[in-house]
Amino acid sequence: MTDHQITKIKTWLAAYDGPDISIMEVCGSHTAAISKYGISGLLSDKLHLISGPGCPVCVTPTGYIDRLIALSLEKDTTVVTFGDLIRVPGQRKSLAEAKGEGASVEMVYAPTDIVRLAKEHPQSRFVFAAVGFETTAPVYAMLLEQLVAEQVSNVQLLTALKTMPPVISWLCEHGSGIDGFLAPGHVAAVTGADLFVPLAEKYRVPFGVAGFGAEELLLAVYGVFYAVVQYRDRGVVPSVKNYYPSVVCAQGNQRAKELVEKYFEPCDALWRGIGVIEGSGRRLRAEYACFDAGSDQLMEDHKKNPACCCDRVLLGRVLPGECPLFESVCTPMNPQGACMVSEEGSCHQYLMYHRER
Amino acid sequence: MSQEKKITMAHGSGGRATNDLIREIFAQAFTNPVLDAMEDAAVVPGNEKIAFTTDSFVVEPLEFPGGDIGRLSVCGTVNDLLMRGAVPKYLTCGFVLQEGLDIGLLERIVKSLAATAREAGVEVVAGDTKVVEGNGGLIINTAGVGFVPENVCISASNCRVGDAILVSGNLGDHHAAILSRRMGISNTIESDCAPLGEMVGALLQAGIRLHCLRDITRGGLGTVLKELAEASQVTMALDETRLPIDVQVRDFCGLMGLDPMYMGNEGKLVAFVAPEDAVRACELISSCAYGNNATIIGAVTDEKSGEAYVNTSIGGKRVLDVLFGEGLPRIC
Repeated sequence: MTDHQITKIKTWLAAYDGPDISIMEVCGSHTAAISKYGISGLLSDKLHLISGPGCPVCVTPTGYIDRLIALSLEKDTTVVTFGDLIRVPGQRKSLAEAKGEGASVEMVYAPTDIVRLAKEHPQSRFVFAAVGFETTAPVYAMLLEQLVAEQVSNVQLLTALKTMPPVISWLCEHGSGIDGFLAPGHVAAVTGADLFVPLAEKYRVPFGVAGFGAEELLLAVYGVFYAVVQYRDRGVVPSVKNYYPSVVCAQGNQRAKELVEKYFEPCDALWRGIGVIEGSGRRLRAEYACFDAGSDQLMEDHKKNPACCCDRVLLGRVLPGECPLFESVCTPMNPQGACMVSEEGSCHQYLMYHRER
Repeated sequence: MSQEKKITMAHGSGGRATNDLIREIFAQAFTNPVLDAMEDAAVVPGNEKIAFTTDSFVVEPLEFPGGDIGRLSVCGTVNDLLMRGAVPKYLTCGFVLQEGLDIGLLERIVKSLAATAREAGVEVVAGDTKVVEGNGGLIINTAGVGFVPENVCISASNCRVGDAILVSGNLGDHHAAILSRRMGISNTIESDCAPLGEMVGALLQAGIRLHCLRDITRGGLGTVLKELAEASQVTMALDETRLPIDVQVRDFCGLMGLDPMYMGNEGKLVAFVAPEDAVRACELISSCAYGNNATIIGAVTDEKSGEAYVNTSIGGKRVLDVLFGEGLPRIC
């Protein structure tokens, strides 16, 4: 974009004085990028960016964490996880706290690391904490592909995989007051931008598939707000626009999608603080059940602190600062809810960047 | 000592094995009249005002692109002394060796430590070794003494409204190098681990009105600036487009969900100087061995006491706080 175009966009966003408009950035990485670039400060008081349920650790229920902790305490069993899940509180404690008490927990940066661990310790069982959205599912499918090919039998997955369209549908049907969506760029890279077309058509809300650079994100934010105004004032039918064409195409990554299909099938899923959303998860197909560490029975979800508002934060019903625990009781060092844990959780972001809106 | 030998508990017994280890590895590398006397304590000439600090070093892997734990142990402590305007003079080194440590590796690290001490102009005048159970690791503690010239007053509480804020080079290199190595990611990012005596000496010698210096280590520039804003009760206003970040580090951080503003260095400083001296100070730092890409990145203002912020490339405002937690890579 030229400086002139950026100035024009910023002027429009700052000067808007019509009825209030709220758009949701579903993806946690977008919440983080919006904070980093100071985009919310460029908006008129009538325009609102609302952080949504797209941070994987924020939507992982306590029953899942508790099950991981139980597994990590079993004899000859090690729980293996990516970074930020380790600090998410279960009903009573987090994996990090359990590790401090002697539980066997390893943090890895790539799932292939677990294959190395499994081969080095053939007598032990390794359980991978497989959480995430469409973006991460292909990585687990690749891991399974390797486990099958190399006949590694001491690795299992505890899955809590989720998919985006059902939760966006749920939001639209539960009176969330969201007028448009910034669609997650990483998810769309795998699924394709067309994933959001049925949602845009059904609920008459615009979607902007957004990237993570300052200018491309600003353009997408403007594009979605502008589309809401165009629909409201001129009846222009909302659609899906791809503001991240360098990475995202309409159809997505076929190879990744096929691999995910091979190993996983849709299922109902429990979202932390929200409840069960039909068809919003993925589980291992029956023929690969030997790789499952008991993911089906994890339907427990309890708040660590009854005053925690993470559930309503995830749905955009309150801002993080409106939670009574925010910054006083709940901090990144002592998180009461999952949204304060991940660096991409809404509460963590609002605290870290002193965001008020 | 041969390459295959490992540290055993006997090396910590205080007997023959300990003496051999000290004589063959430490004493040779660090030799100087004070240390060679092998007294219980070093007695050294002094100064009216001394700066005194200590730091412990734990890093995995022990050797990494651009440095090793030995070089790090000198740079960390020497740079802390320099940040008060002191001229570093003496170091002590405490080595905690884990059983199983490869003696060849230890020898390389000790030599690297000695070479870095020579480069930084400090003498190792006292030391200690202990052996503990473990799996081949190594922890080093160094303490350092430096002499502060009479007219120098450089302090965290001394940043003044109007001061220019300079960084001596690219942000986040050390942290990105260590993480890349741990994660087995191929790139050419190297740690910037280096002693900063040359550039601090150049600034002081040229009479630059230097109000505050801070080395950018754990927590990164974001944490440092927030802490200094609070200590000096001023505002730090930065220009994002001026922040020097290597393109590989930027991409690595983007991939991992990490932020270069919160990634540590081990050979970079942030300097607060009178605005009239800013350009000259930047030139002086740039002329030093470890001052590539020195840049004026912002200014001290009086907008809001204790606040640090970045004016972003698209004209937004990003408030900086100290780093919370340990900066874990994200899931997606």
